[in-house]
Amino acid sequence: MAAQNLQSVPAERTAGTSETADAEGQAHFDRIIAEDSRIEPRDWMPAAYRKTLLRQVSQHAHSEIIGMQPEANWISRAPSLKRKAILMAKVQDEAGHGLYLYSAAETLGQSRDKMMDDLIAGKARYSSIFNYPARTWADMGAIGWLVDGAAICNQVPLCRASYGPYGRAMVRVCKEESFHQRQGFEILLELSNGTPEQKQMAQDAVNRWYAPALMMFGPPDDDSPNSKQSMAWNIKRFSNDELRSRFVGMMVEQVRVLGLTLPDDQVRFNEDTRKWEHGPLDWHEFQEVLAGRGPCNAQRLERRRAAHDDGAWVREAAAAYAAKQSAKQQKEYAA
Amino acid sequence: MIPHGNSETPASSATEINREAPKASPAPAEPHDRGAWGLWEVFVRSSRGLSHVHAGSLHAPDAAMALRNARDLYTRRNEGVSIWVVPADAIAASDPDSKGSFFESPQGKDYRHATYYTKSEGVKHL
Repeated sequence: MAAQNLQSVPAERTAGTSETADAEGQAHFDRIIAEDSRIEPRDWMPAAYRKTLLRQVSQHAHSEIIGMQPEANWISRAPSLKRKAILMAKVQDEAGHGLYLYSAAETLGQSRDKMMDDLIAGKARYSSIFNYPARTWADMGAIGWLVDGAAICNQVPLCRASYGPYGRAMVRVCKEESFHQRQGFEILLELSNGTPEQKQMAQDAVNRWYAPALMMFGPPDDDSPNSKQSMAWNIKRFSNDELRSRFVGMMVEQVRVLGLTLPDDQVRFNEDTRKWEHGPLDWHEFQEVLAGRGPCNAQRLERRRAAHDDGAWVREAAAAYAAKQSAKQQKEYAA
Repeated sequence: MIPHGNSETPASSATEINREAPKASPAPAEPHDRGAWGLWEVFVRSSRGLSHVHAGSLHAPDAAMALRNARDLYTRRNEGVSIWVVPADAIAASDPDSKGSFFESPQGKDYRHATYYTKSEGVKHL
């Protein structure tokens, strides 16, 4: 997450307009990718690589920020002081993850304000999963176990993404994410070992979050045109379906420990392909939610906008104070 | 005498550091309504006896806020005992496009490494 505006690059070399510079840059870029080394912010990179990364990293950042909402919503109703403290720590982590990722995205040349504005204006996308409602306390368990579990599955390979700042941000995120999944698992385990009503509540939450969590890995490989290029650039290391299959295999094991079941009677291990398979997913629903027509899209954006507006006076006050202090200091120097 | 490197561009010429140059990413400048919140680089010392290491960056209106934000953002799990924050535009960096000439001087100077001297192999405490 180095600065976007470290200043040493001689201006005449940064424009990248001359054809020879581009050819040299491309050759250098190709060599680094072939060596499975890392691209750093001030390296020459193809415009499409920059654009793809900026889209992916900023969407990832937005997802973390919007992802605070379903859980923040439960802080006041968490069943004990300990649970409230844990949930607050988790929501604070999500904010942190968003900030790491915004920093990484900024190194690609997009200002943070522009990214924030795009999110608030509804121009930017974020993970479709956060447009589903968190109906009961058991949803806190299911989100931690399934949603954060799927996120970890996706994010661990991203620690080796070819773009240095993104990989470094993901290392930090992954370290913190494992606490999230375990605390979710524990919530479900406790409910599962509780009264029949509590166990039913846990099962109901797993039933509702299972399919949306599987869809977090993105469309099937045949339907994911950008995946191939991302893999050629070493941004993605595994295909959507590959990661989804691995995730299903892990969940099959873990759901037994929980004493619950997955709402999918077609889960099986294919001995021929050596891969886990699952039942059909509703990709029409996925596209609808992504297009802004999910159960909570409007509510999430509205909340984000309100939080931004409510915080305006804090930003203004901090800037005014900083300006005043700096003016004072200059006056003292002058005196 | 220039035994190493490109004779036309000395390895440590002033052209390597250009404080006036814009950022490398050729992105259009965006109008800022929160422009006063500059970018800061954060360095964290994880424990006594170790160096401060770059942890990441953040935005803050002044140094005091940058330090507080850095604490909240980069040391939520006892990752540090000390933090430095530095305005990003105060950092001068070497040029990644200099194609290695800036770092060429050590090339071919194996004799700077202990492993260059092999005749003493087997001799104790050397």
